[in-house]
Amino acid sequence: MIRVPEALIDAIRRAGEAAYPAESCGLVAGRVASDKEAVRVVPMANRRADDPHRYLIDPEDWRRVERELKAEGLEILGYYHSHPDHPAVPSEFDAAHAWPWYSYIIVDVRAGRAGAPASWVLGDESRSFARESLVVLNEVEA
Amino acid sequence: MSVTFFIPTPLRSFTSGQASVDVAGTTVREALDALVTTHDGLRRHLLLEDGRLRNFVNLYLNDTDVRYLAQGETRVSDGDALTIVPSIAGGSGAVAAEPATLSHPEVLRYSRHLLLPEVGVEGQRKLKQARVLLVGAGGLGSPASLYLAAAGVGTIGLVEFDLVDSTNLQRQIVHGTSTVGQPKLASAEARLKDLNPFVKVEGFETRLTSENALEILREFDVIVDGTDNFPTRYLVNDACVLLGKPNVYGSIFRFEGQASVFSAAEGPCYRCLYSEPPPPGLVPSCAEGGVLGVLPGIIGSIQALETIKLILGAGDSLIGRLVLFDALRLRFRELKLRKDPECPICGEHRSIHELIDYVAFCGIGDETAPSGPEVTAGELKRELDQGKQPILLDVREPHEWEIVHLEGARLIPLGQLPNRLAELDGHADIVTICHRGSRSLRALEILRAAGFGHVRSLKGGVDGWAADNDPEMARY
Repeated sequence: MIRVPEALIDAIRRAGEAAYPAESCGLVAGRVASDKEAVRVVPMANRRADDPHRYLIDPEDWRRVERELKAEGLEILGYYHSHPDHPAVPSEFDAAHAWPWYSYIIVDVRAGRAGAPASWVLGDESRSFARESLVVLNEVEA
Repeated sequence: MSVTFFIPTPLRSFTSGQASVDVAGTTVREALDALVTTHDGLRRHLLLEDGRLRNFVNLYLNDTDVRYLAQGETRVSDGDALTIVPSIAGGSGAVAAEPATLSHPEVLRYSRHLLLPEVGVEGQRKLKQARVLLVGAGGLGSPASLYLAAAGVGTIGLVEFDLVDSTNLQRQIVHGTSTVGQPKLASAEARLKDLNPFVKVEGFETRLTSENALEILREFDVIVDGTDNFPTRYLVNDACVLLGKPNVYGSIFRFEGQASVFSAAEGPCYRCLYSEPPPPGLVPSCAEGGVLGVLPGIIGSIQALETIKLILGAGDSLIGRLVLFDALRLRFRELKLRKDPECPICGEHRSIHELIDYVAFCGIGDETAPSGPEVTAGELKRELDQGKQPILLDVREPHEWEIVHLEGARLIPLGQLPNRLAELDGHADIVTICHRGSRSLRALEILRAAGFGHVRSLKGGVDGWAADNDPEMARY
C-alpha cells in the first residue's frame, strides 16, 4: 500500500497534462513505515525524446536526486509516469523494465485531461504487475 | 580486496535489509559473483541467465558506470564502492498497431476474464488480436479450438481436409451427428462461430505439406499441433523453428497423453526430444490402437491453456517441460527438456535449413507390405453358400471379436498365432480374417512361412463382409 497526499496526486496529474501528448515521468519519495508514505514527487527529465510513448530516467539524474533525498532522510518509493491516450495499466514494456518493491503510479491522459492515477507493483515471483492500493490523503500529514 | 555494494531499497529484502554489503574480489565480475552467491535472491533481479547485467540494471564503480569501463573485467581496489542504480524506463508503447478494442457485448461476454488481473482488458485485447493456427480439427483440435474460440482469440486458423465420420464423435466434440459426412472444416467453423460470433475462422482445406506449410504458418502467432502422424508432426516442428513460431504440442495414445511448448528461441524443439521418428508401424494410430475419448479433451485443453498463456505472457509456460498424463492412474508427471546442442534444426551446427520430405524421413513407403492371395467378401459368401467349409481364422483381439464376428469362425489373435499353429490342419483351406484386411495378410504370411499351402486373406475384413454381404452386421 502507498499513501499519497492529494496535493501530490494533483501534481502527478498536472505533470501528465503538461507533457501531453508526450509522457511525463518522475520519482515518488517518502518514508517507509508499515506502508509507503509519499512526501514529495520529483519531476525528472524524460531522456527518451525519440519516442513520445516511452520514458527513461537517466541513471546520473537518479543518483543525484537520490543523494539529495537521502540527505533529507527520504527514500525513493517509486515512480510516476503518464500514459497519453492509453489506460492507466502497465504496458508489457513497463513490466519488462520494472523493479520489484517500487510503486509505479500511472496516470492516463485522454485528449490532454488526466484521469485518476493507479499504482502497480511487480509480483514477487513473476514479471507481471499487480494493482497496489493507492490511498489518497486529503491533508498532508505531519 | 574488499569492496562495498550499495543496494537500492527494492532489493534490500534480499540482503536482510542491509543497505550495503561488503564482498571480496579483484574485478567487478568477481565481486558481483560473490554478492549473488551470498545473496542468491538478488541474482535474477540483477543478472541474465548468461551472467550479463540486465539492461535495466546499472552498476557504478565509484562514480562511473561500469559499462563505460572494462565492464565485468574492470579491476577493483580495496575500499571501492559499487552502487546498483535502477534504470527506470517504461511507457505506454502505444506506437505499434492500435490495440484491438472491445465492444460492449464483448466486454460482457468476457467479463469473467476481465475480472482476472492476469487477463484484464489488456489481456483480452491481446487475445482478440492474436492469430492461432490449429493443425488438425480432430481429437486434440476439437477441445483446443472450442476453448480458444470461447476465450476470444480473434482469429483461428484450421488446417483440415477430412470428412466427419461417426467414429470421430466419441472424442471430436467440435463436430456433431448433424455434420457426419460433411467436411470437418465447415463443421468446425459452424460450431465455433455459433460458440463465439466475434471469432474469425480461416480455413485451409488441404493436407499440410512441405510445399504449403511455411506459407500457411507464416500468418499466425502461435501454432497448435493436433496432428495424429509423425510426418506432419516433424513438418509442423520444422516449419515453426524456421519461422520462429511457438509450437504448442500435444499427442495422445490409448490412455496416455503428452504436452509441451516447443519454442526454439527459448527452449528445445520437438527434434531435441525425438531426433528420429519411431520405425513405421511401431506406434499404432488411434484408429488402430484406440483412444479413450476424454483423453484428447484433457490434452487439447492443456494446449488451449498454454496458447492463451503465451498470448497473455502470463504464468509459467510449458517451454522446456514435457507433461506426461496417465488417465487410468490419473497421474501427471513432468520431465525437464533440454535443448540439444546437436539438434539438426535448432542446434548450433544445424543441417536442416528448409523443409524436407517428411514421409520419406519417417520411413513410410519403405516397408514391404505383406501380400498374398486374397478372397473378396462376395466370393467367400458364394463359396460358403455352395457348401465349402474353409477354416475361417479370425486373428483380431478378443474384444474386437466380441463386437462382431462371422458365424463359424474361430479366434486366434495374431500375436498368439505363431505359438498355436498346431491347432490348425496344415492341409485345410484357411481364410484369415481381421477388421479391415491388413492383419489377416500378416497372418497369411506367418501361415505360409510355416508351410500351410491353402491360405487366403479376406479382403476388407469383417468390415468388408458387413458392407457387401450383411447390412445388419455391426461395424466399428
